[in-house]
Amino acid sequence: MGGALRFAVVRLLQIIPVVMAIGALNFVLLNMAPGDVADVLAGQMGHATPELMAQLRREFGLDRPYYEQFAIYLGKLAVLDLGTSHLQQLPVIDLILDRLPATLILMVTAIGIAIAVGLLLGVAAARRQGGWLDGVISVVALIVYATPAFWLGLMLIVAFSIHLDLVPSGGMSRIGAGTAGFAYALEVAHHLILPAITLGLFYVAIYTRLMRASMLEIYRLEFITTARAKGLSEGRIAWTHAFRNALLPVVTLAGVQIGHILGGSILVETVFAWPGLGRLVFDALLQRDLSLLLGILFVSSVVVVLASLVVDLVYGLLDPRIVQK
Amino acid sequence: MNDLAAFWSRFKTNRPAVAGLAILAAVLIMAAIGPALYTTDPFDMVGRPFQPPFGAYPLGTDVAGRDILAGILHGARISLMIGIMASLAATVFGVAVGAIAGYYGGWPDNLLMRLTDFFLTIPSFVLAVVLVAIFSPDIVTIVLAIAAVSWPSVARLARGEFIAHRQREYVLGCRALGMRDREIILFQIMPNALPPVVVVASLTVATAILTESGLSFLGLGDPNLVSWGYMIGVARTVLRSAWWMAAIPGLMILITVLAINLVGEGLNDALNPRLRQR
Repeated sequence: MGGALRFAVVRLLQIIPVVMAIGALNFVLLNMAPGDVADVLAGQMGHATPELMAQLRREFGLDRPYYEQFAIYLGKLAVLDLGTSHLQQLPVIDLILDRLPATLILMVTAIGIAIAVGLLLGVAAARRQGGWLDGVISVVALIVYATPAFWLGLMLIVAFSIHLDLVPSGGMSRIGAGTAGFAYALEVAHHLILPAITLGLFYVAIYTRLMRASMLEIYRLEFITTARAKGLSEGRIAWTHAFRNALLPVVTLAGVQIGHILGGSILVETVFAWPGLGRLVFDALLQRDLSLLLGILFVSSVVVVLASLVVDLVYGLLDPRIVQK
Repeated sequence: MNDLAAFWSRFKTNRPAVAGLAILAAVLIMAAIGPALYTTDPFDMVGRPFQPPFGAYPLGTDVAGRDILAGILHGARISLMIGIMASLAATVFGVAVGAIAGYYGGWPDNLLMRLTDFFLTIPSFVLAVVLVAIFSPDIVTIVLAIAAVSWPSVARLARGEFIAHRQREYVLGCRALGMRDREIILFQIMPNALPPVVVVASLTVATAILTESGLSFLGLGDPNLVSWGYMIGVARTVLRSAWWMAAIPGLMILITVLAINLVGEGLNDALNPRLRQR
């Protein structure tokens, strides 16, 4: 257990430089953008004399050398001070934390769907390699893999909301539906169905293909031949012998792809008016709110770093060989 | 020439890949000569808005009475051009990073791979959105933003190839002959490392097209150019009355990306025949 604990601590310490690097990237982007805070404020006041601009720049420390500005910037990031959204007049971190839960709910549900369905289809295809089911699964996976998720979302809205009227086309709950209790959870779940499927399907395609390949790889190994020779049923071989071993590359990939899923969630949330970070990005773009955009980039990057940390720790518990490396 | 013939004889046994190549060729031809044959300006208001397909206009008109077929043809140019340019830029940069890291090892390798992993961690689409939003949304910015988020996977692959080759006897021989590092990297190892890179570059074209469509769907496209993603974004608000307006450009993206992916897998099988035996 000592090894696992040390692995966890080392891994935890490793994220500090990564988070600082994310801060550095944000700082660079902030300074690359045309115009600074002084320009924005002067623009809001409607008048800008050179004296006023100079005074504003002094107040915000913009007249200091870059390394000093960077140190101050990192200091602010450390206490989660991401600046103020100039249009909403609210701290950026408050706006983001307000929306983050909705995005996390969507992402976790989509990943859950992707892993469950992807593994199932991957195993099914591998067990009947070359058969009609394998063919159908492979072709559908290829097509889904080439489909833009946001467009798929629009088409699902056309089919299931507009024509069949089965599920709502957007939002997280109806107005006046209350904000607590089991009824509210059901309401959210109902609204979650289409966006989660839309976001998840792409990854269903990926995990299906990966799981199929991984299972076929395992099927070639000798211990499977042994299991067959022992007369075990094909179902037992697939689910108790091959499945667990084939799982490892899939888990690895899931960890790597968290950032990608978060990016996809931005588009899907825009399509479904889901009140998460994605909608916030869309609003920030409309209002040209750079501090808000950069805040979202920072927080979403940190979320990805933390999530892959969790995946690593879980992985380390599942497979002790990782810890020893 | 012999190599090319051998390559083709391997490639053509993969029927999905050949079908993908045919579709891709059709889209390329459409992009190349389509706008010259069908001369309607995609920004012109040609008639009543919301006309369904197969009427006065082959694919109907959009919310502003613009000809959808004209938009599809011009959009094909933009999507393919951005996809190919972004993939090229990402490949050149990624191969450069991977070659230096893999060939030299040591601290350059450490530093460059930390950087690569860092860019792999950051949500790439969010970064692309921020980059395009900071600079003006013109075609150069969009290409560079997509390239900026696409190079890391190329770099990792190229590094692996260079590590595999740097201790081979032919490389040691070149060094013994006094050949400079630059020559060894560019003219000795590069040709051997290229086949897997070509495969990844072709697949990167597909993801770049998807990224571009997402950006212009969010309104981050070049305002002077029609793209498929932009057309979907425009049609989004009128799904209820005119679903086909969003369906058509989306189908084009799907078909194009699917074709590129099929060709990419075909390239993979044909260029790395040993992998296929497994």
